[in-house]
Amino acid sequence: MTQIRSFIRAFSKIEGVAVAGVLALLYVVFIMTSPEVFTKPRIYTSFMQTISPQLIIGLALTFVITAGEIDLSFPAVVALGGFMFVWAYNHIDGAMGPWIGLALALLVGAGIGWINGIMVAHLGVPSIMATLAAQFFWYGVTILVADGKSIALTGIRDEPIYEVFVGRIQGILPDQRGVPVGLPAQAVWALAMTIFMWFILNRHKFGEAVMFIGDNPDVARVMGINVEATRVQLFVMMGVMAAFAGVILTLDINVFFPTQGEGYLLPVMAAVFIGGTSIAGGVGVIVGTFFGAYIIGSLEAGVVASGISGYWVQLVKGLVMGASIILNILLGEGRIAGYSEKLRQWGVPMGGSSGSSYGGGNGGDRASIPEAPPPDAA
Amino acid sequence: MAAEYALQMVNIEKYFGRVCALRNVNIAIGSNEIVGLIGDNGAGKSTMVKVLTGVHRPTSGDMYIAGRKVDPRRYSVKRAHEYGIETVYQDKSLGEKQVLWRNFFIGRQVTLPFGFINVKKEKEIAQEIMLNTIGFRGRGITVDSKVSKLSGGERQGVAIGRAMHFEAELIVLDEPTVALSLKEVRKVLDFVHQIKVGGKACIYISHTITDVYEVADRFIVMDRGEIVGDIRKEDTSLQELDQYLLSYSHGLRDRAE
Ligand SMILES: Nc1ncnc2c1ncn2[C@@H]1O[C@H](COP(=O)(O)OP(=O)(O)OP(=O)(O)O)[C@@H](O)[C@H]1O
Ligand SMILES: [Mg+2]
Repeated sequence: MTQIRSFIRAFSKIEGVAVAGVLALLYVVFIMTSPEVFTKPRIYTSFMQTISPQLIIGLALTFVITAGEIDLSFPAVVALGGFMFVWAYNHIDGAMGPWIGLALALLVGAGIGWINGIMVAHLGVPSIMATLAAQFFWYGVTILVADGKSIALTGIRDEPIYEVFVGRIQGILPDQRGVPVGLPAQAVWALAMTIFMWFILNRHKFGEAVMFIGDNPDVARVMGINVEATRVQLFVMMGVMAAFAGVILTLDINVFFPTQGEGYLLPVMAAVFIGGTSIAGGVGVIVGTFFGAYIIGSLEAGVVASGISGYWVQLVKGLVMGASIILNILLGEGRIAGYSEKLRQWGVPMGGSSGSSYGGGNGGDRASIPEAPPPDAA
Repeated sequence: MAAEYALQMVNIEKYFGRVCALRNVNIAIGSNEIVGLIGDNGAGKSTMVKVLTGVHRPTSGDMYIAGRKVDPRRYSVKRAHEYGIETVYQDKSLGEKQVLWRNFFIGRQVTLPFGFINVKKEKEIAQEIMLNTIGFRGRGITVDSKVSKLSGGERQGVAIGRAMHFEAELIVLDEPTVALSLKEVRKVLDFVHQIKVGGKACIYISHTITDVYEVADRFIVMDRGEIVGDIRKEDTSLQELDQYLLSYSHGLRDRAE
């Protein structure tokens, strides 16, 4: 029993485990309700294709929310980033065209992020206001420069950039009725970025600064963190990643349209919140965002494929999001672990130390005041 | 340490916009001296602390740390840490939702190449500090515990343990005992006594005059951004000091403008 209890404890501490469970449960339900769709690889590659840009934005948004800020301007950056890419592709001849387009898009994303960052960090504009204004403004700019029209990317499929970012990697997934199914390259990029961003948030000075700023900027400041500079860097990162997502989306669908990214605002925020990152700031769960993005991105197709009327999709989304957030809060505050404590009180034998006390001391017997300290060693 | 003074401030002024928070501040803290800094709310005590710890840049004036002149343009919290100045605040020392080991090293992480944090090393040292410097033993608190689970006294223990670990020459405690029980206040006062025994300097800020009187060698009184009194412990009694401060808070000694 002791082992079971400490196993539950340790298990519930694994980052994102609750959300992963929700996703697994969701897929189990989908597989049971429509096995013909959900036992074949194609539906999953289609998820990977559509979810990857949202996941990439979600990773950056996780940082922003962890720092206690918000960004509502990323849909416009997705659009303007996509436009810059298409513009360069259509106007710059030669093999370098699309790559210059990518660089331009990222640069514009960085610029928009930088302006957001300056407004928030140096002018003290609350981020929800600054980035809402930015969303309208840059969306407006996109409509103007694109003349309100969509632009096709003819011939982009023959460019190496297409293969690199949204090509299909063959030989990994099983065939579907003899037809090979390729793994979307953007999913690999998004996964790699998830891992990289996990390390930046949890193992890098920048991520630690972001967490402390979100926790309490005054503490961060007196402990030597450059709060303003970190906030600016944060928004620049957000802009760059949103622009990158815009380029991937544009590449994937072979066309730019001025309203692209518009539909991302709520799902991406939902993905971050489902993942366990709190709007209160100070804590960010990258792994959660990963699974959260897949949850929110799979629901629509899953619900429809299950044969339920499409009218139910939004309701189910709300239900799943609500359930995930409650689960996260319960787990996060250790209430689940607390239940095993209760079981013990009711006579269920679940003894043993929590394994979290120091040096084999009398764990659990926690006094409120530290022992008298030994004299200064100096 | 060779220098006679841990810290000297010469004609320090600090304006927030047009508001003058510090005016003509001149102090010298001996290298093994405990100085009690007292004064009414808004007198400028915390502002002075923030200037000397590199959080705020003074509008004008000079600062010397251990006899070395400080370049105000390059002074920062990081620099202050390098010079051995550590600060403990009641509520602004620790990130509540962060684990203890991160709190020990925030702002001066043990790093691997490219700014990545050496988590293993940081945890080891944090554990060391908790066992040997703070003396948390077997009370269910580990380096992976979140600060929000700690009592006020435990938090203060962590913040003070951190200051001691980094071999502070000057420890500044800005109202470290607010909202602590008597027993926990005792702990903090004992820490301050140890600073004296350890040969280091300390600035202790508190509104509880009995506490300040107990630990300090000298009292500096501030009022509306200026230093208005500098009294050695030998030259006063607790009652006298109390009377003196009361006269200020009742405006009996209003400054002649
Ligand atoms: N960041 C700031 N911006 C503007 N004014 C400030 C700032 N920090 C402090 N002040 C002002 O400077 C003056 C001194 O404040 P300070 O916090 O130093 O007082 P204090 O002596 O620490 O008071 P308390 O005992 O209440 O902590 C106050 O009038 C305060 O309003
Ligand atoms: Mg103060």
